This record gives sequence, C-alpha cells and structure tokens, in this order.
Amino acid sequence: MSDVVIRSDKIGKKFRIGHRTADQGSFREAMLRGPRNLLRGAVDLIQGRSVVAGDSVEEFWALKDVDFAIRRGEAVGVIGRNGAGKTTLLKILSRIIEPTEGRLEITGRVASLLEVGTGFHPELSGRENIFLNGAILGMSRAEVRRRFEEIVDFSGVEKFIDTPVKRYSVGMHARLAFAVAAHLEAEIMVIDEVLAVGDSEFQARCLDRMSEVANAGRTVLFVSHNLAAVMALTKRALVFNAGHLFFDGPTEAAVSHYSASLSKGSSDRNWGRGRNATLVSATVVDADDRPDHRVDNAVRFVVDACSPDGIPYNFKQSAGQGTLAMRLGTPLRFAALPAPDPG
Amino acid sequence: MTSPSSDPPRTLVLEAGRADLQYWRDLWRYRELFLILAWRDVAVRYKQTVIGLAWAFIRPFMTMVVFTVVFGKIAKLPTEGAAPYAVMVFAGLLPWTLFASILNDASTSIVGSFSLISKVYFPRLIVPLSTVLVAVIDFLVSLVILAGLMLWYGVVPGWQILLLPVFVMLTLVCSIGPALWAAAVLVKYRDFRFIVPFVTQIGLYISPVGFSGKIVPEQWSLLYSLNPMVGIIDGFRWCILGGSSPIDGPGFALGMGVIVVLLWWGIRSFRRSERAFADLI
Ligand SMILES: Nc1ncnc2c1ncn2[C@@H]1O[C@H](COP(=O)(O)OP(=O)(O)O)[C@@H](O)[C@H]1O
Ligand SMILES: [Mg+2]
Repeated sequence: MSDVVIRSDKIGKKFRIGHRTADQGSFREAMLRGPRNLLRGAVDLIQGRSVVAGDSVEEFWALKDVDFAIRRGEAVGVIGRNGAGKTTLLKILSRIIEPTEGRLEITGRVASLLEVGTGFHPELSGRENIFLNGAILGMSRAEVRRRFEEIVDFSGVEKFIDTPVKRYSVGMHARLAFAVAAHLEAEIMVIDEVLAVGDSEFQARCLDRMSEVANAGRTVLFVSHNLAAVMALTKRALVFNAGHLFFDGPTEAAVSHYSASLSKGSSDRNWGRGRNATLVSATVVDADDRPDHRVDNAVRFVVDACSPDGIPYNFKQSAGQGTLAMRLGTPLRFAALPAPDPG
Repeated sequence: MTSPSSDPPRTLVLEAGRADLQYWRDLWRYRELFLILAWRDVAVRYKQTVIGLAWAFIRPFMTMVVFTVVFGKIAKLPTEGAAPYAVMVFAGLLPWTLFASILNDASTSIVGSFSLISKVYFPRLIVPLSTVLVAVIDFLVSLVILAGLMLWYGVVPGWQILLLPVFVMLTLVCSIGPALWAAAVLVKYRDFRFIVPFVTQIGLYISPVGFSGKIVPEQWSLLYSLNPMVGIIDGFRWCILGGSSPIDGPGFALGMGVIVVLLWWGIRSFRRSERAFADLI
C-alpha cells in the first residue's frame, strides 16, 4: 500500500554493553590484552573503526523482530516499561542509530523530538537559542524567522528573550524549548517522553498542541508513560516489552496489555486476577458471538480469568452473580488507569 | 533543510551497513546547521572574557615574538632571502596554527557534542567541519596581523600573494583528513584527547615554523617533505615573501600526495565509524 509511510520489517538492534563502562581504560586494555589483540586493536585504530577490542563482550538485543506499518496521518502511541526499547526505536526511526538487522522504509521528512532543548547553549540568549535549536531540529533559518513571533508567544517568555538562557528557571527553559519543537513542520513527528517538564498548565498546552498536530493529518509517533495522554491523542498504540513488540492495536487494548506487561514477568499474563476493576463500557456477546448489548454504565467486577493475551474476558461481578463472557478485542475502557511506571 | 512542501517525499531505506546514498545530499541540506554551529562557537568563546576578540590577536602575535627572539636572535638561524625574520616566522606560523587548531578542535568535536549526536540526526561530518570554519575565522584575524607586520617592515608582496587562497585550501585539506580520523577514533579511545595536542606540539618544532625549511640538509629534504606541512609552509612563504623563497618542486609534489592519501583515509574512517557514534558515545 502506497499510503504506508513507515514500514518496519524485522528491525533489531543489538547493543554491546560491558565495554561502555570501561570506556576510559579501553585503549590501555587493548594494549594490555596480548599481541594478537594488540595487533587487531592497532588495525582497527588505523582504520578508524571503533570496534571492541576483546573477546568477551556482553551483547543484548534492545529491540528484536519488530514489525509494523504506519499509514500517513496516523497517530500512534508507543508504550512500555523503562528499558523496553521505545527510545531505541525512535532513534532508529530518526536515523540517530542504525538497526543491527532488518529493514525500515520511511517516506517523508522525520522530525524527532527525543528531548526538548537539544543543543541549547546556556551562554546564548533565548532568541539566539531559538535559531540554534531550530537549526538543530532541521528547520531552516527562514522557517524559524517566519514563525519566530509564534514561538515566542507560545513560550510565554518574551520578556526574557534577550537574556542568556542560563538565567532562566527550569520551567522557562522547558517552555522555550518545547515552543521551538512545537513549530516543527515535518510529515512525520517522532516524540519521546518530553512532556514530563513544565507546570501542569504548560503540559496541558503541550498536549493541546500535539493533538492539533495529530489532527492536522501528520503522522505522529508518541512515546509516553502518561497513559491518559496516549489514550487522548492516539487510536492505535504499540506496546513494547523487553525489546519485543508485544502488542499492536487499539490504544485501549494496548493499555491493558501494557498493564499485563507491568505485572511481574511477561509470562505471567494473568493480569489483575482477583483484582477489582471498573468496567466503563463493553459489548456483551451472546453464545453465537453476536453482539448482544452494550454496557455503558460503570459496573464493578472482579477479574476471574484472563485470555492468554491478557485481556480479562471472563469476569464476575463483585456481587458474585455469575460471569460475563466478552469477546477478545472488544475495546475495554478502564476508569482507573494503571499507574505509570515510576522513574 | 527545505520545507516539506518543496521536497517531494522519497522513501528512505534504513538497513544495517547500507551505504547511505543520501549522505552527501544531506550534508548540503544541513549547511545552515554547519554555519550556525560555527557561529555558536565563535559567539560563545568570547562571552565573559574581558578583552574579547583581542585574544584572537594576542595569541599568534606573542608566539611570533617568542619564535623570532629564540630562533632568529638567540639561535641566529638564517631567514629566507632578505625577508625580516619576524615576517618569515609569521608566514610559517599562519598555516601551522590553522592546521593545529583544526586538528585539536575537530578531533574532540564529536565527543564534545555527544548530546547532539545522541539526540538528533544530521550528517556527523557537520560537527568537525564547523570547527574548521571557526579555525578559518581565527586565521583571517591573524592575516590582519600579518598585513600589519608587512607594513611595519616594508615588505611588498609580489604577484604570488594572489595564490595564497590556494595554499589556505591546501592547509584545510591537509588538516581535515587527520582530524576526521582522530575524531572518529577518539569516540572509542579517549586517550587521543591527550595524544593529539602532544602531536601538534611536537609538530610545531619539527615543521619549519620557527625556522626556514632551507636549513634542512639536501639529502634529507625529500624525507622531510613527507611531512605535508613542510610543502604548505614553503608555499605560504613563497606567496608572502615573493621570489626570495622558492618552492622545492619534488618535495612539494610528495607532500601533496601525502595530503590526498590522508584526506581519503580520514573521510573513509569517519564515514565508517560514524554510524556507530551514537551507540558508543
Ligand atoms: N548506546 C547504548 N549502549 C548500550 N545499551 C543501550 C544503549 N542505548 C540504550 N541501551 C539499552 O537498551 C535498552 C532499551 O533502552 P531504551 O530504548 O532507552 O528504553 P526505553 O523504552 O525506556 O526508552 C536499555 O536496557 C538500555 O540500557
Ligand atoms: Mg526512553
């Protein structure tokens, strides 16, 4: 389909760890590891190849066999616990790092926002930093100049625009940084957890801005631990767990899968067994799988059993009058969202 | 960095080890970033210094004075033709300082901008190349001092001075190769942070900066020309002092050969390790 703007085909990323901690001493190590390694190290060095000089390196896959396709104009959430590989995926998409295996096809300009204020220089003024940061994010000078007023307005720091950024408060710094990023014009926006900064009023403004962007027909990939924000901004989400794409589908279902991956191990898929939950809406099906009726009022229930994929589809009401069967894949909405992964 | 509308979306394929066909095109598209990074370095450098830009004049001037006194007055080494010793020294110091500052600054530039490299994409060559631009700006400041010295001593340059830009370009080419190589290697082996300044320090004394290259014995001169800065410094003196300082043909050709090899090697090393920068930093 020509409408697909990002197609990921068995993407994998392998990191070498262990040598990272020995960064400082690695040259000496390479020299001390005996003649064979020394020679190899010297050849690598002359060729400018930064390979690890040593036999035993710990390797691990931060991403493995990740397949998905995203169509033009889709807003897709990316969720998963810390270290699941979300940032790694975004870095591959934005060409910061290279995949170790697999193939990725991207159509259109990608603007990536892995942090706000990348490259801000404390000695430069707010005005100067807008131009600097804009250029770093891939905006042309003309583009920044055209949108300069808007950026300053959005940031709300016009009084301090000629003050060095080192005199800004953390919040002002974040506002200015997000303001530049919010005015990026690219077909594909890739946004990591960048909203954890600023006061709640500003965060709300950022979310508004992002839904504007998403509704303007741009393709957005949005990583966040703020599940409410993900649910508000996206219809579809990818759930990552330990480097694997664990689930790809409607955001509501993704959120419950994420909760499943939060529970101890990924093998333990019995999410919420015996726990209380509030059903907000559901479609109840009869024995022939035909939709029977919708439940829209809140009903308290206790999870009795789970489908292998973690969606509770069999539960009984807390009053204990029998069980309700629910078709898998039926959108589930939970009033009380699982708490975000801390830290 | 064109706006999205003016750029028909084309499909980019990312794969392990894939030669990036768009790289050189991207390098051109990111030219504004190159300029703005250079501007940032210049703007930041003299903030919160008292005499600001004057430092750009004082450093090369003092080095010239010291060399003239040590080599010309104390060691009594001969100058070239009838040229004043100070002008001869300065004509050698100009390309050397350009070379050394590019090598020092560009080699640490990748590690120094790790926060950029791990957070945004751009052709990584932009970073060391922007330090080259900064060094060129310093070089232009030094040219003003040279003009002042020549006025003071009444040295009138010949037509050869018109070829000076050629030798400036050669200096850039000569320094970019080793600098790129060092920048790539330094990402992995931080030891080079100490090795590079050491090399430029030694190089200052074994290159004909404080003295004339003509004092090197005939039988060694070809070997001496393997140091590409020898040919370049000779070239600078030829441009600035006119006919009184001829260039040695074969030695110069040899030096140019070395430069080309170094440049090719530097770019190759850099391009090869560039894709792993963000993994390693
Ligand atoms: N350059 C690197 N070298 C080694 N390991 C890395 C590197 N970058 C990320 N990792 C590891 O890869 C895993 C995934 O990281 P990341 O994608 O940042 O997770 P998250 O989903 O929290 O964004 C983590 O275990 C992290 O430590
Ligand atoms: Mg992350």
